[in-house]
Amino acid sequence: MAFVDRAYSGLSNNIHGGFEVPDWLSAEHSTGTSIMAVEYNGGVVIGADSRSTTGSYISNRFTDKLTQITEHIYCCRSGSSADTQAIANIVRYHLDFHSIELGEPPLVEAAANIFRELCYNYRDSLMAGIIVAGWDKRRGGQVYCVPLGGMCVRQPLAIGGSGSTYVYGYVDAHFKKDMSKKECLEFVTNTLALAMSRDGSSGGVVRLADLTEKGIERFTVLGDQLPRFYEG
Amino acid sequence: MASVLVPEFERPGFSFENCQRNAFLQSKGFPVPKAVKTGTTIVGIIYKDGVILGADTRATEDVLISDKNCAKIHYLAPNMYCCGAGTAADTSKTTQLIASQLELHRLNTGRVVPVVTANRMLSQMLFRASLVLGGVDNTGPHLYCIYPHGSSDNVPYATMGSGSLAAMAVFESTWKPNMNEEEGKQLVRDAIASGIFNDLGSGSNVDVCVIRKGSVDYLRPFDQANVKG
Repeated sequence: MAFVDRAYSGLSNNIHGGFEVPDWLSAEHSTGTSIMAVEYNGGVVIGADSRSTTGSYISNRFTDKLTQITEHIYCCRSGSSADTQAIANIVRYHLDFHSIELGEPPLVEAAANIFRELCYNYRDSLMAGIIVAGWDKRRGGQVYCVPLGGMCVRQPLAIGGSGSTYVYGYVDAHFKKDMSKKECLEFVTNTLALAMSRDGSSGGVVRLADLTEKGIERFTVLGDQLPRFYEG
Repeated sequence: MASVLVPEFERPGFSFENCQRNAFLQSKGFPVPKAVKTGTTIVGIIYKDGVILGADTRATEDVLISDKNCAKIHYLAPNMYCCGAGTAADTSKTTQLIASQLELHRLNTGRVVPVVTANRMLSQMLFRASLVLGGVDNTGPHLYCIYPHGSSDNVPYATMGSGSLAAMAVFESTWKPNMNEEEGKQLVRDAIASGIFNDLGSGSNVDVCVIRKGSVDYLRPFDQANVKG
């Protein structure tokens, strides 16, 4: 087997069939990710990158991490793809049932709490960082952050995923209260572009969505249309 | 059924019950077997009229080739087929189990089974298999890749298995939307051939399965790329 230096060969401690196999053959499929959600008066803007990785291989370069839970509630998924997809499916089912019992569209807070119940009670078995965002009649646009341990807290702005660590400073510096929808979209696009350019596990296109009383409006910012910043 | 979320066993869907047992076993020195994609190249594309699936035909037992001409494209329903990468027994048993459940579903509902149904069933029955599921239903052609841990992606072209990187290189350079059938079959053949010639775990022939609305062509072998292995 030809490789120059073991340290750079990209093979993990995976012996199969007497020789080592590359990590992407056996690693779990995860959404490395940069995800974000911002509230504004009248709705929320959510955004995510589109890269899913299996070890160091990009297994899906156009993933949709903005998953619908109900017509007015969406979640941004980060962490293990299998865990977050399974959780989202369970929450969708429970919320669907709940809305039939209620007779009206469920509250975003209800969705966030169901996510939290699952993420907290099974915290040792799951790897899921989720941002729940949506619009309801009672409180308008809301964003709830449900990270790894199963916390659930409402915030005007939430960022998550491995790429978020690189943009906390940018977000703190540029967030203002009472932004318009257009300003929010631009803010989210810029933040995600910065995160994607620094984080290896984030990339591809930026998927944006605007959630209001009327429902969802989706946007995609392709790679060549992404805002460009200092690139050395 | 009220919303009592905290441990309510016997629920449909993924059960986390065994996690405690697994952790215990792990602490006693029996680690969880890793999901490994053993030698295979499987691919799928969406073309103008439907879905084309492709697979190589080598089955390996570690470094020995145990079957030079095994069938990796499995029947699920008259309108759906599934390629499997991973332990041969796992992929064929999982697909047979789901095929029988899909037939029951078809009899129960009286309609053509949608591909999303098979996708949901396969990703919930986890058996260390990586699958490329393709089919045509009343809403059009669909292609899914299902990973061993239970996640799935809805994609226009997919490759899985140890030869997936070689095959993906071919797709990324040549796939375009709305190809006709001949172009599609040739592209799939090229992708599998790339896996056969560049991956030790893949070899022998190329099998192709074309699924259109109302008809299926199971071409085995489509191309004998590498006659003696």
